[in-house]
Amino acid sequence: MRRKFSIKKITLLLFLVSFVAVSQHHGDEAGHKEATTQGTSEDAQKKSIKDYINHHLLDSYDFGLYSYTNDEGEKVHVGFPLPVILWDDGLKVFSSSKFHHGEEVAKVGDNYYKMYHNKIYKTDAEGTLNFEEGDHEHPTNVKPLDFSITKNVVFIFLVSLLMFIVFSRMAKSYKKNPMPKGAGRFLEPIILFIRDDIAIPNIGKKHYKKYMGFLLTVFFFIWIINLLGLTPLGVNVTNNIAVTFALALITYLITTFTANKNYWGHIFWMPGVPWPMKIILAPIELLGTIIKPFSLMIRLYANITAGHIVLMSIIGLMFLFKNWLGSSLSFGLAFALALLELLVAALQAYIFTMLSALYFGSAVEEHHDH
Amino acid sequence: MEKLISEFSFGLFFWQLFLFVGLVLLLWKFAWKPILEAVNSREDGIKDALASAENAKKEMQNLQADNEKLLKEARAEREAMLKEAREIKEKMIADAKEEAQAQAGKMIAQAEESIRSEKQAALAELKNQVATISVEIAEKVVHGELEDKKKQLSLVDKMLNDVTLN
Repeated sequence: MRRKFSIKKITLLLFLVSFVAVSQHHGDEAGHKEATTQGTSEDAQKKSIKDYINHHLLDSYDFGLYSYTNDEGEKVHVGFPLPVILWDDGLKVFSSSKFHHGEEVAKVGDNYYKMYHNKIYKTDAEGTLNFEEGDHEHPTNVKPLDFSITKNVVFIFLVSLLMFIVFSRMAKSYKKNPMPKGAGRFLEPIILFIRDDIAIPNIGKKHYKKYMGFLLTVFFFIWIINLLGLTPLGVNVTNNIAVTFALALITYLITTFTANKNYWGHIFWMPGVPWPMKIILAPIELLGTIIKPFSLMIRLYANITAGHIVLMSIIGLMFLFKNWLGSSLSFGLAFALALLELLVAALQAYIFTMLSALYFGSAVEEHHDH
Repeated sequence: MEKLISEFSFGLFFWQLFLFVGLVLLLWKFAWKPILEAVNSREDGIKDALASAENAKKEMQNLQADNEKLLKEARAEREAMLKEAREIKEKMIADAKEEAQAQAGKMIAQAEESIRSEKQAALAELKNQVATISVEIAEKVVHGELEDKKKQLSLVDKMLNDVTLN
């Protein structure tokens, strides 16, 4: 009862805060309107929201906490730079502050680099980018091999560190006491859930143990990093195709290298069908082994990206509606959607783990007579 | 699709793969393995404890049944012993009675015998005394009535005849 009450209070508080925020915004808006006409201001705002969302979805070379436009009309970025590591005729390591948020050409040794749409290109001293005709997105300049510690890499590292600390401490607490303590009380049921409801039913009691390390790590990694993506830190790791590709690739490699004879038998020479069908089925089945992890990659990427775009668009709508009703309604919608995103964060982690376990299960399935 | 490929960052892929594989290996060694082992051993412990509790319960029931059986046996034994004791007692009493009776009979017989012999002795003594007295009397009578010998002798005879043995 008490808990219910406190949840209600928090919800009410958030609504009140939203009204204050909206009214403040209106105050700014009023000041802004004096300077420019309404139409152009709205278009500019729409564009800036769109740019902001696009920017948010991308990785970045510096750890930006927030940015604002000061009274002189200059964009001020608050945050700290991260190291850029390039492989271009030898290792090149320099601070990302050299790019000045993409506004300047960085000179490292004898080479010049320019950042364009969050990618680093090798340029001449003036930073000239060459484009093909009718294209302004993809410069034809050489892209050096880029191992930079970007914002996402920092977060992957932080989450890994956090997980290592939390779970190794939890493991140590078992040495003193057979019952979990502290965070372990909350985490143990989740670990048991992954073991009893994901690993054992899909893989089987005989083989599940060797996959537990990957399944547990991938579940907690995706879940924690998705949840961090919903915080105002604005980091967004799992909507990078490179990240989901790496995860799916590991699933694919584990499936392939632990597969038994029975698994390959079902792919190349499907038992129980006439031989012409076997020949037709072989390439389809072989393609299937790649499509399965590919679907894992796309599912996670698309769900998180879509969630972020929709959520940020609705938050952006708050600033486009210039009346109290529309803004507060879109706040309510954004609030509900944020709650839904919390669910999606856990759900996507669950689905990835579940399907990985399913694929591992098919790889080690024992022979059945048809 | 083209957007996906152009978005793909090899550096991020490399770091994710490197850090994630490292994380899996480290966590397996320092976290998952000990945690799963601890949980497994705890679960086994609980299972064992439950099984042993069940066993103990069964044993307890057996013990109780045994106890009851023993108690019943003991009761039966006591009953039998009591019965035997009662019989022995009765027999002893009967024996004692019989013996006492026999003893008493014997004693009575002895007494009777001794009484009879005493009486005989007394009678004999009496007879002797009577004879002595008679002799004395006779002497006296002889003394006194020596002159009338005939008369005296007839008197003695008469007196002797009068003294009948009772």
